[in-house]
Amino acid sequence: MIISAIQVLLALLLAPALLSIIRIVKAFFGGRHGPTLLQPYRDLWKLARKAPVYSRTTSWVFRASPSVTLGAVLAALAVLPLCGVPGPLAFTGDFIFLAYAFGLVRFFTVAAALDTGSPFEGMGASREVQFSALAEVALFACLIALAILSSSMSLSTMLDHSWAAAGNMRGEGVLILVAAALMLVLLAENARIPVDDPTTHLELTMIHEVMILDHCGLDLAMIEYASALKLWIWSAIVISVALPMRTGDAAFDIVAGVCGVFVIGILIGVIESIMARLKLLKVPQLLVVAMVLGLLAVGLGLR
Amino acid sequence: MVLFGASLVVLFVSGIAAMLNSGRHPGRAAILGVSGAVTGAALAIASAVPVLAGAPSWQAWTLWQTPLGPMNIALDQLSAIFAILISTVTALAAIYGRGYLSGHGTDPRAAGRSWCWFNLLLASMLLVVFAADGLTFLIGWESMSLASFFLVLFDHEHPGVTRAGWIYLITTHIGAAFLFVMFMLAGNGTSLDFFSINAAGSLRADQSLANTIFLLALAGFGTKAGLVPTHIWLPEAHPAAPSHVSAVMSGVMIKTGIYGLLRIISMLGVPPLWWGWTLVVIGSASGILGVLFALAQHDLKRLLAYHSIENIGIIVLGMGIGLVGSATGNHLVAMLGYAGAILHTLNHGVFKSLLFMGAGSVIHATGSRDIDRLGGLMKRMPVTGATFLTGAAAISGLPGLNGFMSEFLIYAGAFMLIVSGGAIWAGVVTALSLAIIGGLALACFTKAAGAVFLGEPRGPAPANATESPRAMLGPMITLAVFCVGLALGAPWLAKMAGTATGMAATAASFPDSLQVFNLLADITVATVLLVLLVLAAALLRSHVLKGRASTVSPTWDCGYAAASPRVQYSASSFADPIVRMFRIVLRTRRHVQAPEGFFPTAASLETHTDDVLMARVFEPAARGVTRLASLVSRLQQGSTHLYLMYIFVTIIILMIWNLR
Repeated sequence: MIISAIQVLLALLLAPALLSIIRIVKAFFGGRHGPTLLQPYRDLWKLARKAPVYSRTTSWVFRASPSVTLGAVLAALAVLPLCGVPGPLAFTGDFIFLAYAFGLVRFFTVAAALDTGSPFEGMGASREVQFSALAEVALFACLIALAILSSSMSLSTMLDHSWAAAGNMRGEGVLILVAAALMLVLLAENARIPVDDPTTHLELTMIHEVMILDHCGLDLAMIEYASALKLWIWSAIVISVALPMRTGDAAFDIVAGVCGVFVIGILIGVIESIMARLKLLKVPQLLVVAMVLGLLAVGLGLR
Repeated sequence: MVLFGASLVVLFVSGIAAMLNSGRHPGRAAILGVSGAVTGAALAIASAVPVLAGAPSWQAWTLWQTPLGPMNIALDQLSAIFAILISTVTALAAIYGRGYLSGHGTDPRAAGRSWCWFNLLLASMLLVVFAADGLTFLIGWESMSLASFFLVLFDHEHPGVTRAGWIYLITTHIGAAFLFVMFMLAGNGTSLDFFSINAAGSLRADQSLANTIFLLALAGFGTKAGLVPTHIWLPEAHPAAPSHVSAVMSGVMIKTGIYGLLRIISMLGVPPLWWGWTLVVIGSASGILGVLFALAQHDLKRLLAYHSIENIGIIVLGMGIGLVGSATGNHLVAMLGYAGAILHTLNHGVFKSLLFMGAGSVIHATGSRDIDRLGGLMKRMPVTGATFLTGAAAISGLPGLNGFMSEFLIYAGAFMLIVSGGAIWAGVVTALSLAIIGGLALACFTKAAGAVFLGEPRGPAPANATESPRAMLGPMITLAVFCVGLALGAPWLAKMAGTATGMAATAASFPDSLQVFNLLADITVATVLLVLLVLAAALLRSHVLKGRASTVSPTWDCGYAAASPRVQYSASSFADPIVRMFRIVLRTRRHVQAPEGFFPTAASLETHTDDVLMARVFEPAARGVTRLASLVSRLQQGSTHLYLMYIFVTIIILMIWNLR
């Protein structure tokens, strides 16, 4: 229980650093120096102290959205395991809760975007609901595969790899497919290249960034922090699937898990440096690939 | 029993009294109708609650002796759950309907008369769930169809309403025909009484008879419930009816189909696996097609009607998991599936009637159902907006509200099936269907709520809208509170639903429903934590922002100075990527007049999404039937000489036949 709490605490503290790791890797590839590790923390602090500006079109939905986003992501963090260390609130069916807590975030982000009446934000919201509907299917296919493999209905026991003691090759194959599919879902759900470019400057081409265009100050800080946590959650899930070694020593596992999360950060940075973003019309194809990988994992798991 | 009898009497008498008063005192007719509906509903609830609370269920109680056998009523936990749902929602809809009809702009006498049908609809729905034999059931069933048919025709002077009414009447009667045959077979020529059918056990002994009855029940009840492919009447009839009637029809009347299916399945003993597969496939098809067609709609009520098809699909997925669980002897899976299905029936009854009332409130204020002509109503109609958003979040299955709890149960059943082995693919199909439905439903309801209530009004009608009267807001607030209450009470409700089907759904004994309770207790704790974290974040935010001056400015428009509400993203554009992605199924027709030349003047885009099954299957089939019928009319031309000749020819043929 204490070790689970430490795991959550580390996520709360280190999530913004994951963002700076990605930026440092990208800067390295671009031949630049890049920001320090602490830059995202400074950005959040700067935003949190600003006085708010609201659009006169918006209603209470726009103002409620940052709180719902942050609260739901924090609740999702409570069921998150990290490389064998269970989430503090792990229970049967917690992965459904995790998926639908992100659904709640999406509902309010999209509603807040539509609340501004801006055509750009509507456009981004439209893309968001389309892509995430596809990503959700891929995610559930992966979860089904993991459930088959582990005969378990809780994310924490699905990912503790205690079932892998027998060392069956079929399990390894399933894990590789699931890790690949989940990595694609991670890129889509967290608005990374090749699905979305978080650093682009043209509103017409954005997805996630354009939906929060009218948020500022503390609201924006809450949303940015929640996004960092969300990226942490997804990275933790992917690394827990991809790194099946468990020592049993919780302290060691947790350090390995945090390092693993940062490795995922480096991986995202590399992907963002060597790839261009896809045409928006091609994104569904990428997500269908993730879906197919997930279904193949299900089929392989059942064989 | 006395209470239930009193409820029927009150509903009949108040209905007739409303009808008699509608000519001279239309106002009095409305008051009579509404108070009758509320009193009748309260009496029915009072008779059902003790059984749900654990009192012994009633055995058959004879209402009437007829040449076809006695008309019996009875009540067990399954009927009690449905009776309470039906009564509550219908009573709230009655209160709402009084406010809705008073500003409807139609003849107040017609409005007074409609209360007669409304109260008869409630009485007949109650009779359906209280019925203890096939005869009573069918009498209730038929009066339910007729009463709702007259209610659909309320606005008969509007174009399209009569057509919708006829489509409804024809489909519902074709469905009823299956039920007549089904009950005849089930009664086996001796007794239509449910108890004696159950006791005789002949349906359990004869598997092919049981299969026939299952398929007939699926066709008959599926038509009423709105399952694909016989869902075609829902998107026609629900938008045509006045909103309080749509709320009752979509929220609870179609649920009698679910009740009937559960009741029949409970008499059939241990099901074969393919029954479960059939329901899983049909449920998944209804769910996915329902939400896809909903996404392509421009009419708010038509969109909601398609969502009823989707949610019935989810309920049937749950029942399918229940059947698969019973067939494979996995009682926990069976209980999760059935409890999820019943819980989702309750939940959908609450949030769908709430959403239809919200849509009615919008129509009341703006006179428009076209999503693309509304907008910005959240500020002008805050209560309607907030309750509609609650319903939208609930129907999207978001944690914190009731829809999530029942979908969670069905998910849990599917995953339990996957984990425990045996018929794994049924679990896989169910879980993936739920995931697809969940993502698309979220897209559809952000579209509907966003385009109608958020942003700027697209035109004068929504700009000048004002909040609806209190009689309409009260029921909507109550239902929104139920959305939260049913989420918190879900563990207890699921336990109750589990035991209700445990007694009714299969003869096999179920394990303690405690496991279902514990499962839901965990998720309730997590959800409460989520809500608390959201509240904490909101409190922190408002505390930090307290002293700071906030500025109000226009929405960021990239420096473009003349932004008007018309530049907003419309609901159609919002849904367009998904609609295009599924164009193979949806077959949306587009009429584009693209802007041309250097100084373009006119441009337009229209999209129409017809129901594929209606346009490609049922309309051609209906035309074929009409053509066949017109062939008959060549023989029957009204000329007596011709008829005499027919008789003569027949006699000759018969004589030759005899000589042979």
